[in-house]
Amino acid sequence: MANWVPLWLHRLGSPPVFYRFAGIVRPWALGLALVLGAAALYGGLFIAPADYQQGDAYRIIFIHVPSAWMSLFIYGVMAVAAFIGLVWRIKLAETVAMESAPIGAAFTLITLVTGSLWGKPMWGTWWTWDARLTSELVLLFIYFGIVGLYHSFEDRRQGARAAAFLVLVGAVNVPIVHFSVNWWNTLHQGSTVRLLGPSHIVASMLWPLLTMMAATKCYYIASLFGRVRADLIASEGGKAWVRDIALADDREAA
Amino acid sequence: MTASLAMGQYGFYVWTSLAVFIVVLLVDTLAPLARRRRNLRELRARLARQENRRRPGTAPRNEPNP
Repeated sequence: MANWVPLWLHRLGSPPVFYRFAGIVRPWALGLALVLGAAALYGGLFIAPADYQQGDAYRIIFIHVPSAWMSLFIYGVMAVAAFIGLVWRIKLAETVAMESAPIGAAFTLITLVTGSLWGKPMWGTWWTWDARLTSELVLLFIYFGIVGLYHSFEDRRQGARAAAFLVLVGAVNVPIVHFSVNWWNTLHQGSTVRLLGPSHIVASMLWPLLTMMAATKCYYIASLFGRVRADLIASEGGKAWVRDIALADDREAA
Repeated sequence: MTASLAMGQYGFYVWTSLAVFIVVLLVDTLAPLARRRRNLRELRARLARQENRRRPGTAPRNEPNP
């Protein structure tokens, strides 16, 4: 591989460089997320036909399933970043891991609430203590635990290291959530969309689902970059580059 | 149009789901922006205080410390 790639990654790991990079990428990622999200919602709520069994209630899938994917995907990214932060002590990796947790918690919360709203008309109950629902609820509590542990230390980096351990320990729950519908007898339906093999869904329902998946990915990038910028301003407050930004903003405001 | 907005008999469940999705993500987007602005404001106030301590009596000036 050309050696500018690792060199570029190395430079991007420096907080002031990443702050500028994130500031440029964030609005584009957010704009793309809004466009893709609007297209997916239009396709899912109005164009796709009603389900032959569930009628229009199934349309919650276009919000519920991409959110559920994100609740696991963000945990994966967070675990990788936490591992890098623990092993190589890269500050930016710690920040990425810690700022991913609230976004993951947000998607997990959406998954649980929309699942509940889907369960009431289809299953006749808001909640049941079966494997999929319970493991997803545990995932939410793990996210809360990570956020809480990070903020319970006076020293931010100490907090990030302690919480990074919790991230790695909590990672055992991710495959449990994913495979729970296969491992246990559950009220929750099995996977509709498969990476390997054919999906059990018609194309007019599949494209809004995949488009919403792309939209939530873009949203995650935008939200993460906004959060990392805020975190860097707070944790690097004593450094010259942050002081320059604070004073430059002041001149703009004046 | 009104028929498709009603979502059969499931309008409440579908539209509440959408509302939850939008509200949660909106809060998630706006909270860090507010946090960043607040931190920058506090930092400016701290720099102004330092400047004032260094040269008492003069009005706080916004320049980096040498």
